[in-house]
Amino acid sequence: MAILKLDKVTKKFGGLVAVNNVSLELEQGQLAGLIGPNGAGKTTIFNVITGVYRPDSGKVYFMGIDITKKKPHEIAALGIARTFQNIKLFHRMSVLDNVRVACHFRLKASVFSAVLDLPKYAREEREMTKESLDLLEAVGLKQLANESAGSLPYGYQRKLEIARALATRPKILLLDEPAAGMNPEETAELMRFIKRIRDEFGLTILLIEHDMKVVMGICEKITVLDHGCVIAEGSPKEIQNNPEVIKAYLGSGVYARS
Amino acid sequence: MSDAQASACAFSSGGVLMNLTLFLQHLANGVALGFVFGLVAIGYTLVYGVVKLVNFAHGDIFMMAAFFVYYGIVLFSFPWFLSFLFAIFLTALLGISIEKVAYKPLRNAPRISSLCSAIGMSFLLENFAIVVFGGRQKPFYQPAVLNKTLNVWGVRIQLVTIITIVVSIGALFFLSYLVYKTKMGLAMRALAYDFDTARLMGINVDRTITFTFAVGSSLAAISAIFWALRYPQIWPFMGVFPGWRAFTAAIIGGIGSIKGAMVGGFLIGMISILLVAFLPDLAGYRDAFIFIMLVFVLLFKPTGLFGET
Amino acid sequence: MYKQPSFWLTLIALVVFFAFISYAQNNFDAYVIRIMNVAAIYVILGVSLNLINGFTGQFSLGHAGFMAIGAYASALLYMSPELKAMNFFIKPLIWPLNRIQIPFFPALLIGGLLAAGAGFLVGAPCMRVKGDYLAIVTYGFSEIIRVLFNNLQSVTNGPLGLKGLPTYTNLWWSWGWAVFTVFFIKRLIDSSYGRALKAIRDNEEAAEAMGVNLFYHKTLAFVVGAFFAGIAGGLLGSLVMTIDPNAFNIMLTFQIVLIVLLGGLGSITGTVISGVLIAVLMEWLRIVETPMKIFGITIPGISGMRMLIFSIILMISVLFFRHGILGDREFSWQGVISFFKRRQSNRGG
Ligand SMILES: Nc1ncnc2c1ncn2[C@@H]1O[C@H](COP(=O)(O)OP(=O)(O)OP(=O)(O)O)[C@@H](O)[C@H]1O
Ligand SMILES: [Mg+2]
Repeated sequence: MAILKLDKVTKKFGGLVAVNNVSLELEQGQLAGLIGPNGAGKTTIFNVITGVYRPDSGKVYFMGIDITKKKPHEIAALGIARTFQNIKLFHRMSVLDNVRVACHFRLKASVFSAVLDLPKYAREEREMTKESLDLLEAVGLKQLANESAGSLPYGYQRKLEIARALATRPKILLLDEPAAGMNPEETAELMRFIKRIRDEFGLTILLIEHDMKVVMGICEKITVLDHGCVIAEGSPKEIQNNPEVIKAYLGSGVYARS
Repeated sequence: MSDAQASACAFSSGGVLMNLTLFLQHLANGVALGFVFGLVAIGYTLVYGVVKLVNFAHGDIFMMAAFFVYYGIVLFSFPWFLSFLFAIFLTALLGISIEKVAYKPLRNAPRISSLCSAIGMSFLLENFAIVVFGGRQKPFYQPAVLNKTLNVWGVRIQLVTIITIVVSIGALFFLSYLVYKTKMGLAMRALAYDFDTARLMGINVDRTITFTFAVGSSLAAISAIFWALRYPQIWPFMGVFPGWRAFTAAIIGGIGSIKGAMVGGFLIGMISILLVAFLPDLAGYRDAFIFIMLVFVLLFKPTGLFGET
Repeated sequence: MYKQPSFWLTLIALVVFFAFISYAQNNFDAYVIRIMNVAAIYVILGVSLNLINGFTGQFSLGHAGFMAIGAYASALLYMSPELKAMNFFIKPLIWPLNRIQIPFFPALLIGGLLAAGAGFLVGAPCMRVKGDYLAIVTYGFSEIIRVLFNNLQSVTNGPLGLKGLPTYTNLWWSWGWAVFTVFFIKRLIDSSYGRALKAIRDNEEAAEAMGVNLFYHKTLAFVVGAFFAGIAGGLLGSLVMTIDPNAFNIMLTFQIVLIVLLGGLGSITGTVISGVLIAVLMEWLRIVETPMKIFGITIPGISGMRMLIFSIILMISVLFFRHGILGDREFSWQGVISFFKRRQSNRGG
């Protein structure tokens, strides 16, 4: 059974159909790519999956549960984590605190035991801190744990966002253009990193990318979106040779006219 | 409760005709008050539309206008109409200066800063008025001509009421001309639609904002004059409740929409008048009702009646 | 469990502080004691508003309303039935309030809890309402409390207010509560819950995507903030001995906002300092409202001048000192220790 399933999802903004009747399935452990030109509706699909937007029609299932109407924080707690295209860190908080926030929803101790620092809370706090530091180590930011998140260089901010997402102990990780603004070497390194965390944490990953070449190397399955519609789906090989995709990518302009 | 019932009873069984005229009388007052709130509400809406700021000081700009009229007459012995014009001009100037001093420097600061600045400005104006004008209520000059009462088919309507309505309609026409037919209006709408893009396209942001504050403040001055003619006691806190009700009107109508501000103003004006007239027991809770209305609108239709998303 | 040196340092500081308080209560003159009481109440108010506005980023203007609830509820509980009967001479107080009298502390607590309940009601819509709108809604709320209290004659005695309240508030009560407020809120914001609040302030969307329940945490901030505002209201009522609905107007909220802004949105230390500073300053500024003789010339006192100066300070701090005294830095023993170490090494080197 698919771990994540979008069933004929449509999302409109006023007259604009940002996502049009999209169906999509992710298998457990898959590293899948979602590509498409600017404004194709990729981010909107993430926002629908994570509950930021309610689709106008269609449903989203996660491990067989209908999550269409759930709130973002409930969906995060179920096991879907994400990063943002335009990085959304907690800028004024430390790197470590950014990650610890994402552990917070698992906290069982009450407000009062937190304020009084009762043993129950103290133990959970220690566990959260340890887990967060481990995650920071995994992404190579441990030595910056006490820096303020807003002061990190761009590439580190991207990694911090991933570490933060991992701290929710997700089953699915949604990455929105993680390589944006990186040079080819950095991108290649990041892709290796993504593959590594997939294996290390047993994740299922859906990756949005602008640049088709980037995802070709690592994704097992690719879905191509254009104007809100799925225009192709398949292995990187199949996608590469699909004329529809080439047309969408080269811009209906240039080739059609000449 | 019992009084309210009694008045409801009188309304249905007693002299139907007399109550109809009474009702029409209240209706006329409600319409006039609706225009007053509507004009103030437009000030909130225009400013919010262009700079995305709730001008907390707007109610106090309204108050200052009434005092400008007062001092125009008392200090400079201007004739009343000249004093009105003088006040409108000064109020526009005041609005512009407030923007220059308190809002412009914070245009790129976090929202919370400009919010605090607006609140601080309101606070400052009120305290300034207390110190300079005094905390006591002052009588507002009532030109004898405007105080006549007309008798239209048995319905007694004050001339002020009619003039309020006529002048407000005139102001509205002038405003729609400004906003929809002039270059400046186009610039305002462009900024309201997309501030950054409009700026990149070479719209003179500062001039447009100055203009917006001038228009909004003049409208506040006009409505303050009508307000003071109706409730002729002026004092430093006189802007608080009208300001608050007008703001509510702007939200209910959909902030950013001129039409919405007018409709919201009417709604609030009617409620204010009719509640006092027909349910006098609950009149004290008037602002509580308006508040609950506001919360409901914000909860269930945050864009208001005519607002865009 | 508490073996860190900072714990012991805090403990010693507290002992010294309360020794000072008890000395002050017995030896200082009434005027100074009064200012110190007001300072403590300002600290409670500032710190609790900072929790909502500074740490959670929800701009609330409802504090005067919460205070009014706390002040009235506690007063109606700790006043004696005879005193109540004397106050409510126009319309009698409703049963059972006209009969009961309970001690000051539980009365304060109940006042705080009722204010917290109101905080919940106000905090709940803040799921939908943000930024300026939230400021308006909370402002409206506090004005509505004022309207209600002016009209509910048989509960609040309407605009006449309550007079002759017994003065229970002393330095022990006021500073005891102030210290507790600082302790509670400091511990709260340093805990995992506090991190969630700060995350909401920094980026609501991201916080929610990381599993932070916005509704729970925003209302948590409102409930806690309103509770302490209610307590402060109760303390204030019993300090000034007279309360009426119009004392809890928006001006009062603005004063608290100024305390928070001056101290730094997001700094408890700064808020404590500015709370005390403002209390002293407000008292000191009374000079401008009383007639003075300078070099034989009598300058008449200008009433309202105090608040005007106050609002000018507010504007200056908003326009030029946007981060307040301390921005979002905090006092810590580590900071003090390392400061002295640095100085020593400087002197050595
Ligand atoms: N909140 C919104 N309100 C209105 N329109 C929106 C909103 N969010 C997205 N859109 C529109 O929906 C369409 C799809 O946007 P989306 O962000 O999903 O594209 P994308 O594929 O992520 O593009 P990009 O590669 O630029 O990130 C765009 O035309 C965008 O303008
Ligand atoms: Mg996108």
